[in-house]
Amino acid sequence: MSGKLDPKGGGSVFSRVLRNQIFIPFAALLLLALFNLIADPSFFAINLKMNSAGSYILSGNLISIIDNGSELAILAIGMTLVTASSKGQDISVGAAIAISGSVLLRVLCGNDTRPETIQAPIIVAFLVSAVAAMCFGAFNGVLVAYFRIQPMVATLILFTAGRSIAAWINNNELPIVPGEEFTYFGGYIPGCPLPTPFLIAILCFVLTWAMLKFTNIGLYSQSVGINEKTSRLNGLNPELIKLTTYIILGLCVAVTGLIKVSRLSTINYSVIAKDIEMDAILAVALGGNSLSGGKFNMAASILGAYVIQFLTTTLYKFDVQATALPAYKAVVVIVLVVMSAPVVREKISRLTKKIRSPKRTAENQA
Amino acid sequence: MQQGSLLELRGIYKSFPGVKALQNVDFTLREGEIHALMGENGAGKSTLIKVLTGVYVKDEGDIFIKGHDGAVQIRSPQEAQRVGISTVYQEITLCPNLSVAENIFIGRGKGAGVNWRTMNKKAGELLASLGIAVKPTQQLASCSIAVQQMIAIARAVDMECSVLILDEPTSSLDESEVAKLFALMRKLKARGVGIIFVTHFLDQVYEVCDRITVLRDGQLVGEYEIESLPRLQLVSKMLGKELDDMADIKNDMKTFDDDGGTPVYEAENLCSTEGIKPFNFHIRRGEVNGFTGLLGSGRSECVRAIYGADTVTSGTVRMDGKHVKITKPKDAMKNGIAYLPEDRKRDGIVGDLSVRENIILALQVKTGFFRPFSKAKQIAFAEEYIKLLDIKTASVNTPIKSLSGGNQQKVILARWLLTHPKYLILDEPTRGIDVGTKVDIQKLVLKLASEGMSITFISSETDEMLRTCSRLLVMRDRKLVGELVGDQLTQNTIMATIAGGDQNVG
Repeated sequence: MSGKLDPKGGGSVFSRVLRNQIFIPFAALLLLALFNLIADPSFFAINLKMNSAGSYILSGNLISIIDNGSELAILAIGMTLVTASSKGQDISVGAAIAISGSVLLRVLCGNDTRPETIQAPIIVAFLVSAVAAMCFGAFNGVLVAYFRIQPMVATLILFTAGRSIAAWINNNELPIVPGEEFTYFGGYIPGCPLPTPFLIAILCFVLTWAMLKFTNIGLYSQSVGINEKTSRLNGLNPELIKLTTYIILGLCVAVTGLIKVSRLSTINYSVIAKDIEMDAILAVALGGNSLSGGKFNMAASILGAYVIQFLTTTLYKFDVQATALPAYKAVVVIVLVVMSAPVVREKISRLTKKIRSPKRTAENQA
Repeated sequence: MQQGSLLELRGIYKSFPGVKALQNVDFTLREGEIHALMGENGAGKSTLIKVLTGVYVKDEGDIFIKGHDGAVQIRSPQEAQRVGISTVYQEITLCPNLSVAENIFIGRGKGAGVNWRTMNKKAGELLASLGIAVKPTQQLASCSIAVQQMIAIARAVDMECSVLILDEPTSSLDESEVAKLFALMRKLKARGVGIIFVTHFLDQVYEVCDRITVLRDGQLVGEYEIESLPRLQLVSKMLGKELDDMADIKNDMKTFDDDGGTPVYEAENLCSTEGIKPFNFHIRRGEVNGFTGLLGSGRSECVRAIYGADTVTSGTVRMDGKHVKITKPKDAMKNGIAYLPEDRKRDGIVGDLSVRENIILALQVKTGFFRPFSKAKQIAFAEEYIKLLDIKTASVNTPIKSLSGGNQQKVILARWLLTHPKYLILDEPTRGIDVGTKVDIQKLVLKLASEGMSITFISSETDEMLRTCSRLLVMRDRKLVGELVGDQLTQNTIMATIAGGDQNVG
């Protein structure tokens, strides 16, 4: 956005901010922050303390939010693109994370479930898991793009089968990765006070920004999502573009899988990244993006992911029981999603106009 | 209210950010009349209709309806229906997978139960009384567009509407279908229904309407009896100027001579999966030619085959004498062919994207995935063509779907001109567009041709083809049946060739 005032854009700075899509997750974030500030300002405290490995790290609720919200934010990137191009969502990302995590462990640990040292360099293991995750992404993508199956139905297949496939890859064993090094990805790199998942997320954001800036994936996926026929007549290959977005989501899944597995150095096939697909979809919706495809705002999606984590952390802070958490979350989510619905936003902007316009006429008369 | 009037609008105002769409507009509809609402794109026709049907809420003004005391408030389409205003749009808004009877009665049942037999019987009676030859149990999708439109009208009539609005109902119908629709409209008129008829076809206005209301730039120009307003005056009232422009273009005879050089594009035995017979075709540099024929004769399918929009099954294609393979739109684009599709909404615009993105789309695709234009460059491109084609838009970032039809069409045209094509295919570029823009587009076509571009022009209006094309290819029943040049380019010869049979074709 340029800082110049656009005379034809209409409205004050305030109303233009209001109309901007990113305003919704931003407002939600502010509200949550305000709530915490009033309830307990110590929520925002950040301390520097020494961890068990002997290096100084930052700790506090905010740090835990940017730490734990990173997986979701990375997934939201891929989910946003998939939503834009294929007008539907991939509900198999949780299961796909289990698969890619399982592949990662398999390569790192080899045939032995309790190896003394890692059997392959971490980078190699990650690349193999990334290829696997992208293949599964491509599988979903082919079903959606070429067989024209509804995304939710197409990805239901992996959603159902994924965790079994993940268990099968390691013969249903739970290998444990030896050594400190592997825990860095889900924890802290010695000497760095910020959690590594957040650093990985920042790297992903930069790469995404570069991808949107230096390729046409944004324009193409939106165009395909809005009008496939027109896109084809303008020389695009809608099937290939949809497939590409699913493969990109596969890569996001692999990165998330790396962080998730690194946090524990092992895996639990039925629990790892459980229900994360729903949160990822929610992040896209919270960002004010239409779940029926088309135009998207990537920054808003990413912010949406952190808003969800902010909410979760806030609820934990207020001693909401883990079992009751989803219910509380649901209430807040309903409010947020309703507020970000285009219908409601239009009503609000009309309302503010009404409130202000009588004033204006009064001024004119005076 | 005046005696005999059904609907009166007084002093209607409606504005959008930056645009005054309606200013102090009056409109009166009397019982049993067909009233044409005319105006250029952006004159305020659509806005007026939307105010009347509750899609938009007016800023100021009063609406009076017979049988209701005082001014009526219409805040939603449901309220409009309740006071007896029904609308049939250009696009069919019924459910194609339900039966005719279901479509007529959907959403109108009282209580949960449905008595299928009574419903079908009632639908049958209604259709018979309006002379629509269709079975109530037939699936809607199996009916022709014209019949579907009539069913939509029947539904509206049965809901006891006193005011029926027909918004561009004839633009996708052929002549015999239009005649049927008009018969139905006259029947309704005899019953006392007031019909507001929005169309761009002047012939149709003079054939069926009693009165004309003309709008221009959101203001009322006037209300006229049809007899007192000759065609030429109507056009000049719509444009707000005398008709020199139109005369200009007629006198500007085409100067193209076939030099017999290598054609820019040449196809032999081209055939696609859309059921057209293999055809030969060529076009030279600076030539404007056109495909003509009735609706469904295969003229659009021919150009779609040239562009690779449909799957091409056979044929050889040469461009500038060299063999090329065009199997998909991208191949065509690479070879310098551009194609403006017939159905703007379905094939042309990317609705939610901005005017800027819509303009640069084709050139961007041609340039490549890894070479996106900078924002500044995109804006420069868009602004250049907005100025060149006089596109009326609030800004380059306005979503294209909020523009009027004619301006959307100009944006699509801008998209293709930006790619600087060698060969431009325009399929019905002037459909649903006001007279002023039509003339603009025709002039542009001739200008581009004089600069060396080859253009194929398709239009349902023969006048327009005669004004622009130096060679016409006539289609009948999906087959190329004739080619007309020079002196043969007259209405009569075209009609005769289209009709075929025993007629003597020159």
